[in-house]
Amino acid sequence: MDVEAWTCPAPLRDRPRVVMGHGGGGVLSAELVQQIFAPAFGGEVLAQMGDAAVLSLGGARLAFSTDSYVVRPLFFPGGSIGDLAVNGTVNDLAMSGARAAYLSCGFVLEEGVELDVVTRVSEALGAAARTAGVEVATGDTKVVEAGHGDGIYINTAGIGLVPAGVDLRPQRVVPGDVVIVSGAIGVHGVAVMSVREGLEFGVEIKSDCAALGGLVDAMLAVTPDLHVLRDPTRGGLAATLNEIAQASGTGVVIRERDVPVPPAVANACAILGLDPMYIANEGKLVAFVPREHADAVLEAMRAHPLGADSVIVGETVETHPGMVVARTGLGGTRVVDLPIGEQLPRIC
Amino acid sequence: MKYIDEFQDPELARRLLDDIHATVTRPWALMEVCGGQTHSIIRHGIDQLLPDQVELIHGPGCPVCVTPLEVIDKALEIASRPQVIFCSFGDMLRVPGTGRDLFQVRGEGGDVRVVYSPLDALRIAQQNPDREVVFFGIGFETTAPPNAMTVHQARKLGIANFSMLVSHVRVPPAIEAIMSSPNCRVQGFLAAGHVCSVMGVGEYPELAERFRVPIVVTGFEPLDILEGVRRAVRQLERGEHTVDNAYARAVRPEGNPAARAMLEDVFEVTDRAWRGIGVIPDSGWRLSSKYRDHDAEYRFSVDGIRTEEPAECRSGEVLQGLLKPHECEAFGTLCTPRTPLGATMVSSEGACAAYYLYRRLDMPATKTREATPVV
Repeated sequence: MDVEAWTCPAPLRDRPRVVMGHGGGGVLSAELVQQIFAPAFGGEVLAQMGDAAVLSLGGARLAFSTDSYVVRPLFFPGGSIGDLAVNGTVNDLAMSGARAAYLSCGFVLEEGVELDVVTRVSEALGAAARTAGVEVATGDTKVVEAGHGDGIYINTAGIGLVPAGVDLRPQRVVPGDVVIVSGAIGVHGVAVMSVREGLEFGVEIKSDCAALGGLVDAMLAVTPDLHVLRDPTRGGLAATLNEIAQASGTGVVIRERDVPVPPAVANACAILGLDPMYIANEGKLVAFVPREHADAVLEAMRAHPLGADSVIVGETVETHPGMVVARTGLGGTRVVDLPIGEQLPRIC
Repeated sequence: MKYIDEFQDPELARRLLDDIHATVTRPWALMEVCGGQTHSIIRHGIDQLLPDQVELIHGPGCPVCVTPLEVIDKALEIASRPQVIFCSFGDMLRVPGTGRDLFQVRGEGGDVRVVYSPLDALRIAQQNPDREVVFFGIGFETTAPPNAMTVHQARKLGIANFSMLVSHVRVPPAIEAIMSSPNCRVQGFLAAGHVCSVMGVGEYPELAERFRVPIVVTGFEPLDILEGVRRAVRQLERGEHTVDNAYARAVRPEGNPAARAMLEDVFEVTDRAWRGIGVIPDSGWRLSSKYRDHDAEYRFSVDGIRTEEPAECRSGEVLQGLLKPHECEAFGTLCTPRTPLGATMVSSEGACAAYYLYRRLDMPATKTREATPVV
């Protein structure tokens, strides 16, 4: 059997309309971007396909990123859509090594939503911006008719400066790099799911939503020679590792038992038939670091409050380029695939 | 991962594996009935660790996979109607019917909702008295009791706008059908623990005796499965064929009497078509005439649906243990989770999905093994 022949069939061939999976951060999302958006927009900068674009302007290297937030419910244990709208964009910039400086903020409000809710979300957004050390510099407001939104949607865009000597992108990853995760995975996704679906898992699970600029600063202080950073949001750790494996052309091997999954997340996932590796995070990062710097970077991460539980989970290899493989706790191996669309709770 | 650690402990697993290696003297073919077990086996690499003589054959126990195409098409038809709120467990949404799936129906404007319990669907019916709420009731003996209870509740509470599209299946007739096949290679069964936790083990001794196969009630964690294999192999090596409960922490011999009583009240046994396999006598449940008002097939006229299975799909042979997923010519080429030909490639418990998701790397090295002829 020729594994190389296993290519994805004609994109979108059987999906004449948008389905939820197109926003799930997996194969369908990638197809949407690669087959429709990228050809329509063109441009060299867009072709970088990073979480943030790195561009030169007036002699400076700027990181520029945008994201839209459509979370339901608007408030969840550990955060709100306001926190997400700041931290998500700040983190996208941080993953290119930049400290976010300014944000734009666009609100799409649904007719009928209580102004008290708008106030609480705005206050949360403002507080998150202050915590992250970023200023909301411009904004926009639109109102849509009742029934055409989930109360509040927010778009933020952000810019920041990329320090000299910092060049974070998957193409820099080489076999032998060490893969570090900054802490427990799956927490945000399960926290949101627990309130959205009215599920209780015995203990309250709080989102890990946080701005990671400070943690990245601490890592870069050890060495600017980090190869790539990513925050494993939609699609979770599995999607992030796959994206880097494919973009870098290296294989990734992780040791499953070293992946930090809190018991509450593991139990919730076991009940629902979900894999923690595919659950969204909002305050974690994955770092691919040259082996010679790995111990020092890990030490610096653990010294930072947002990286206290950092752990090495694997490394990159020359074999199986573009694929992620897990060594199971029992000693077997398995492929960790890119998700198709969204994970679905199973029947039993 | 530091959870359910006691059932994934590498040291205990090693001891069980050593025992299995020391016990086996000849090739044996065991079938794990449940798709959840299949995924656990492939995900944890258990099959890689077993002796070469022990072959695990993947059985038909994925509720999503065996739901007939005709029923999927009925679901698509009902879900497309403007007055309907169609509720389903998540993993049914991506299963291909003839030409489309429930996700696409939703993309086209259908009100299709994922629920975590049939009672959620009943609540939606109470909250939307001017809409017709339909729940997709599929699965084995594990999901049947809560579904039965929900219909019972709907009737008790007089919730007239709630109905269920029922396509439940039963495991013992499937075991009988598999063992009756002239091509059958199965020499022992790892029975699905959660099915037995509801139904007990009363239906199995006759099957074990008639077909002279050991049937070991087995759980889903790695150590559960290794223990099930160990006990089945031990019986086979000794020439025994009894029913053995290796999942005593969840399964009582009599099962769950309250759940069984609810099943008897709401459902009646019927012949049922299994996708890719065909009709197996007495292998399903349907709503009894007493609950006909809540039967979606009765309420919505969905007869006359013409189904069309892809000719290239050999999932029926996979479900019967006659073919390993990667031995299908369409596997990984025409048929992927992205463009599945059959439900076995898309279901979270499907054998083809397990091989595609977890085993692509090893496929070229996979061996085809000959098993000892059926005793």
